[in-house]
Amino acid sequence: MRFIPHTETEIAEMLAAIGAGSLDDLIVQIPSDLRAHASIRLEPGRNEAEVVETMATIAARNEHAVRAVSFLGGGCYRHFIPAAVRAITGRAEFATSYTPYQPEASQGTTQAIFEFQTLITQLTGLEVANASMYDGASAAAEAVLMARRILPRRNLVAISRALWPDYRATIRTYLAAQSEIELVELPIDQSGGTAIDEWRRIDRDRLLCIVVGYPNYFGVIEPIREVASVAHQAGGLAIVVTAEALSLGLLKSPGELGADIAVGEAQSFGIAPQFGGPGLGFMGSRMTHVRQMPGRLVGQTHDQKGNRAFCLTLSAREQHIRRERATSNICTNHSLCALAATVYLSLMGKRGLRELAARNVELAHQAADSLEDAGFAQRFTGPYFNEFVIGVPNAAKFIDHAAAKGLLAGVALGVDYPEFKDGLLVSVTELNRSTDFELLRQELEKWMSGAGAEVR
Amino acid sequence: MASAGRVLDRVERDPANETARSGPGQSGERSLVPLIFEESVANRRGVDIREGSTAEKRAFELLGPDLCRDAIDGFPELSEPQVMRHFLRLSKLNFGQALNFYPLGSCTMKYNPVTNDELAALPGFAALHPHTPASIAQGALELMFRLEAALCEITGMDAASLHPAAGAQGELAGLLIVRAWDRLHGDGKRYKVIIPDTAHGTNPASCTLAGFKPVVAKTGKRGFLEAAEIRRLLDDQVAAMMVTNPNTMGIFEGEILEIAHAVHQAGALLYLDGANLNALLGVAKPGAMGADIVHVNLHKTFSTPHGGGGPGAGPIAVRASLEPFLPSPRVVRVDDHFALDTDRPHSLGKLRAFFGNFGMLVRAYAYMLALGGDGLSAIGRLAILNANYIRAKLVAHFPAASTERSMHECVLTHDLEHRAGVSTLDIAKRLLDFGFHPPTVYFPLVVPGALMVEPTETERRETLDQFAEAMNRIYLEALETPEKVKSAPHDMPLARVDEVTAARKPVLRWASDHLEP
Repeated sequence: MRFIPHTETEIAEMLAAIGAGSLDDLIVQIPSDLRAHASIRLEPGRNEAEVVETMATIAARNEHAVRAVSFLGGGCYRHFIPAAVRAITGRAEFATSYTPYQPEASQGTTQAIFEFQTLITQLTGLEVANASMYDGASAAAEAVLMARRILPRRNLVAISRALWPDYRATIRTYLAAQSEIELVELPIDQSGGTAIDEWRRIDRDRLLCIVVGYPNYFGVIEPIREVASVAHQAGGLAIVVTAEALSLGLLKSPGELGADIAVGEAQSFGIAPQFGGPGLGFMGSRMTHVRQMPGRLVGQTHDQKGNRAFCLTLSAREQHIRRERATSNICTNHSLCALAATVYLSLMGKRGLRELAARNVELAHQAADSLEDAGFAQRFTGPYFNEFVIGVPNAAKFIDHAAAKGLLAGVALGVDYPEFKDGLLVSVTELNRSTDFELLRQELEKWMSGAGAEVR
Repeated sequence: MASAGRVLDRVERDPANETARSGPGQSGERSLVPLIFEESVANRRGVDIREGSTAEKRAFELLGPDLCRDAIDGFPELSEPQVMRHFLRLSKLNFGQALNFYPLGSCTMKYNPVTNDELAALPGFAALHPHTPASIAQGALELMFRLEAALCEITGMDAASLHPAAGAQGELAGLLIVRAWDRLHGDGKRYKVIIPDTAHGTNPASCTLAGFKPVVAKTGKRGFLEAAEIRRLLDDQVAAMMVTNPNTMGIFEGEILEIAHAVHQAGALLYLDGANLNALLGVAKPGAMGADIVHVNLHKTFSTPHGGGGPGAGPIAVRASLEPFLPSPRVVRVDDHFALDTDRPHSLGKLRAFFGNFGMLVRAYAYMLALGGDGLSAIGRLAILNANYIRAKLVAHFPAASTERSMHECVLTHDLEHRAGVSTLDIAKRLLDFGFHPPTVYFPLVVPGALMVEPTETERRETLDQFAEAMNRIYLEALETPEKVKSAPHDMPLARVDEVTAARKPVLRWASDHLEP
């Protein structure tokens, strides 16, 4: 077997050095019943060429989808990834190392994390960011638990209904065992944003935090300043969640608008869609709350000769030290994805990131205008970044119909929002061309004139 | 062996980068590689955006100045070649499994086949969007379906879920299943989970997150749990017991069958922490041990790259009776195609967005294909062989903490602390000079000054010999010239890093002077 170095001779010599007669002698302490049924019954091993062939055959079954013209977004975004990102993350020094417990042998990782933390503070407008979380959904859930540690006497969590369905479900899962916490969901108004007046009816004495998307699931740029002020007036915290991290390159930062904790998904920064994972959760907060943060943190220090150095720090919050009193159970995070984002953002730079975000805004608005001209009005009135919702009769059926023709038209809202059962969430990025808009428009027009309208 | 020395490539000094660093505090320090922010020059760029500046104007008109921010102060401004050089220079400051022996106990730092990275990058996998209709994402669903089946075969369980992003999230998922099961089939009043004193910190932390109270079971003198201790702790308030097997002493839990029986007798479930599953391949299956729930770390046993701390993947596998509680959606086979089933009323719900760390699942599946049933069945014994070989080679100076046989890793002790005032940390730092990543140190907590060595099956005998020689040499050196060990490392780009200052005065980000308050 090509990954295993042992020759028969070596095995014999090593056993002799141990004082054992055979490999089985090494495991005699294991009950024989267990050993007798331990053989793994899978197909025999394959050589590399055979593995590649098998895997390529499986990948080919997704080829139609990856070649299609796509308007899919909804929490995972299609962006161009510069080759430099892969060239760096593919380096074995980064890819095959682990959590940097030994800083002298891990300065590449620790410095890159320090740079990542800095970039996230710059993007979120907050003072401190951790080394990464699994993804946006679990980061949002961890943010709520963090808020609870900051305000332990408060127990009402208000979540915008315009938060991604998976994020809402994940928060629910993480809070399931915190029996004393009550979750309320706040409705959406015609802007596609959270109905601010409803926020004002929240029980002020109990409000722990409000959780709102920015831009939200429908692509709408929520009025964070107002939302944060409602939270603060009640004595609670504002948690702002961003799944399209590119938007932070152009939109006012959550911190500037009053967010206490900003979390989200940074998959847009140099990480391929990969059928939804691994992505990159991020979390930023105020320095006063740093000891309540989950996850790894890298700090700056020096070595004994006075060289600047970086190492994991404030570990007393973490599970390997604090055990059942830790701020989280997170151990392995998404470090290599954080490196990808760090390289990506370094390339994009001050101007590039802003221009790319702007390009996304411009193209999305072009697409929306073109659809509006054809009679497909937007469902919501609020300002939007690179996603918007239009009304299409039987949107879910239209999606399947278009998919067969090589068009991934968007995400149907009906499954998660019965009240918007005709909603189609369309995401536009720099990878879309104006010919894509034409195709979407034509297919929608055909749908309306044919089957789609009738089924309704 | 080669002299203790320069195994790590040194970063050549780049005069252009030898700038005095700025940034908060500690002025006058030198840096090996400047921070990316310190290498920036106004108006330099590393990417060309089509119609970037007109787009900026248009977006401003569309959104209005109230919504848009100013350019971000201090954000990087570098050319592409500069960015490449920066990160390549950083990479040279790292040890990695592909370059160095990396016997980090409990982490299973085995070789990560590079072909798997190429396969995960195939457009059919990497570019596939999670909202793609299932009808045209059949390859992805099929791969997940097959991987789940393989994991069931390997663990001896009935159903698996690939959702958890890492082992700790697998633990959370498993414990939420325990909770859901107790509510459906019991009285919902069981609130305790038994956890051995040797457990990883994630076990008790996951318990808290899942609303349980951990109860600590003491490991017996011989290095494994005694069923009597577990029986003493069991009552009708115990919902589950979590066991890592082999445990973090590297010892097989010899009384696991009795323990499983007792746990089930008391109406509780047995959770098997699969962190050390590598030792069990072809040796014993968790299902046969009586486990009801198992999590598997694909980044350990199934060779997906550790990435400097992730991403990993932590699938869980369960008995058939617990299948209804698995995360939603589930991949199912309907006639000749695959689908995502979201109609799961008893499911614990979602742990994350979408369906799992798919990119890692692709790599793990490719690894399983390469090894096959025969190869996988051979791994446990060879990993155990390597650990016991190291243990035998080090027995004179670094005796094992337990007299029991070691499985895939050995926990070693030493007497240098009182003989020479040399600590386990000193030994670890000195090992770096020999080009070896140190073992896990000071864990498990029940062994003072522990060195936990996990060589894995992909390391060859010469490497193990060299490592043992280095360890034995350090032992003698500690007695003869203790200062040399206590002041290590000597041959690394950095001298010993002051971790105390980092915690005492946290500097967690770079800030240009005008931004710093």
